[in-house]
Amino acid sequence: MLLIARGARWCSLSALLIASLALPALAKDTVKIAFIGPLTGGNSALGIGGRNSADLAVRLRNADPKLRYRYELVMLDDECKPDTGVQVATKAAADRSIVAGVTHYCSVVAVATVDTYHKLGLPTVVWGAVLPDVTYGHKYPEIHRVNGTMINQNETAANFMFQQGYRTWAVIHDTTDYGKGHNKYFSENINKLGGKITSTFGVTADQQDFTAELTQIKSQKPQALYFGGLTPIGVRIRQQMDKLGLDAQFQGTSGILSDDFIRGLGTLAEGTLAFREGAPLEKLPGGKFFAEKYAEQKYGSAAEAYGPFAYAAANLLIDTIEKTGPDRGKVIAELATVKDKDSIVGKITFDDHGQNTVAIITKYVVQDGKWVPWEDSEYASGKRKLKGK
Amino acid sequence: MNIGLLGQYVINGMMLGMMYALVAVGFSLFFGVLDVIQFSHGDVVTGGAFAGLAVYLGLRGVLHSSSLLLVLVLMGAVVAMALLGIAIARGLVLPLRSAPALNTLLLTLMAGTVLRESIRLFFPNGSQPQRFPPLLSERAIALGSLTLRVDNLLLLAAGATLIGGMHLFITRTRLGLAIRAVAQDEETARTSGIPFRKVVLLTFAIGSVLAAFAGVMNGLYYNEINFGMGLLLGVIGFSAAVLGGLGNIYGGILGGFLFAGLQTVGAVALPLASAYKDVFAFGVVILLMAWRPTGLIGERASERV
Repeated sequence: MLLIARGARWCSLSALLIASLALPALAKDTVKIAFIGPLTGGNSALGIGGRNSADLAVRLRNADPKLRYRYELVMLDDECKPDTGVQVATKAAADRSIVAGVTHYCSVVAVATVDTYHKLGLPTVVWGAVLPDVTYGHKYPEIHRVNGTMINQNETAANFMFQQGYRTWAVIHDTTDYGKGHNKYFSENINKLGGKITSTFGVTADQQDFTAELTQIKSQKPQALYFGGLTPIGVRIRQQMDKLGLDAQFQGTSGILSDDFIRGLGTLAEGTLAFREGAPLEKLPGGKFFAEKYAEQKYGSAAEAYGPFAYAAANLLIDTIEKTGPDRGKVIAELATVKDKDSIVGKITFDDHGQNTVAIITKYVVQDGKWVPWEDSEYASGKRKLKGK
Repeated sequence: MNIGLLGQYVINGMMLGMMYALVAVGFSLFFGVLDVIQFSHGDVVTGGAFAGLAVYLGLRGVLHSSSLLLVLVLMGAVVAMALLGIAIARGLVLPLRSAPALNTLLLTLMAGTVLRESIRLFFPNGSQPQRFPPLLSERAIALGSLTLRVDNLLLLAAGATLIGGMHLFITRTRLGLAIRAVAQDEETARTSGIPFRKVVLLTFAIGSVLAAFAGVMNGLYYNEINFGMGLLLGVIGFSAAVLGGLGNIYGGILGGFLFAGLQTVGAVALPLASAYKDVFAFGVVILLMAWRPTGLIGERASERV
């Protein structure tokens, strides 16, 4: 009797022991994801907004009991400097416990680190950098990007203008990489659609006088003038168009989307068009949801323009890892198949360079001294008309 | 190319040329009188434009007549820059009379940077382009493909009057005679009782007034000014002065219009991208200088200024 009782006690004890050993196997494994962005320095507001947003994605998903893994965000600061960026990229990619990364806001850093990620095999999703070369400058399967680039921006711009009935353009662009890139992608898209570029002028970024160029443009009578460059010369060109009586629709890029453009021109800015990657939060498909959840966490600083993209990138990685398990190779293979995937920033489809080809682009028009999203404007409702319409 | 289009290019080029000439004449005056190069002259142009804008911003609520505002804007710019010119002469140029000319050049170059950056930092939102009010008639006469703007014609006329007036001042008045005397021979001028210091200060005031006018003209023509506008204007004005013959004001005028013509040709008539228009214009200036090292209207020692 005693023996039996003792045996029973042993049994229950060993059962307890086995149970306690088995417990970690039943609890979730932790998977690490890196977030890299500028957390200090001039761009830190955007970097911290991105970090908070990626953190929000991880927190919300961890609260879901059905998930296979528990996620942990490793936050690293690239300072928006290429050399620091390569250091932290190496640190993240060399740490085998980190499965994937949500990486970089600054283009210079994003483009400098692609080799590192490729060599060390870390799958990454860029959340903010806009330079096309970040995805198109190489054939590395590790690199992806959820936000759009000037390529998407100009595709949208060309299609939109074509829909509005414009067929002929003159192009002025500054001769920096920014201006040249915009000219290249806009002209390509216009030619593809069957529109006509009557003339193209490359100008220096500090040029004051554009009357010679604009006089020549005026003689060719294009319906619209496309300007690829930044606010200061955008203001000058628009002003001098008026002086010369050049009555074409003025269309710019993200480079003129600033209050200074309107301040520099006054009423002359009215009706100017421009395009930018991303969208105001309230225009994003999941913007309201994101804003509410972000506010709940009381981060103390705003998500900023690219926060939702960092959130979408982190979420995409979590979805992928849930499917494949924490294996870098499998994650890369799975990311290559992402197509029409819903996210708070709209659909995500990666092309063979890992670039999201359906990235959201917002069209803006100046109305009464403000940049207004096209859909909300009186131009879209037909109350006001663009030039030549 | 039709006549109207050609006319438009000519008008554009004339406007540019007038601004360059006004700046170039200043360089020539300073060099003629003191053998110095006042390299902050381009930024004095910017200063004039911003002084004018400041007067406008201060008075626009009180005054509603645009012609009265224009007069006050011009006066504000002219007086402020005349004083600045005198200050530069007294503080930076005259004390360095016995130092190598290179020192004056460097000192004024630095003063120009100080002036430029001060405008950028202290003018409200100064690093961005500023809207300059259109104070002249905005009427335009369309003649085929030529758009003739009344304000452009007024500006051209005013510029020509100013240069003509300065010519008369220098050739027909006693003060002008004094300036010419100092330019020809400082020692002799001094011994004949000409107040050397005063003449130098007067010359700097006149040159800076021309720059102030060029600045306001720039603002009225483009309706946009920015803190960096004087940088290229200074370089072009200086090149124009050298091209025409440094020290000779007619050379400055010729050089200014020639440079504007070269830029227009470079942007329009050449099969190159228009970004190369400055490369073309400066390239031709280099060739011309190699051909006539003392400028197109070579300075004769006996006829300075």
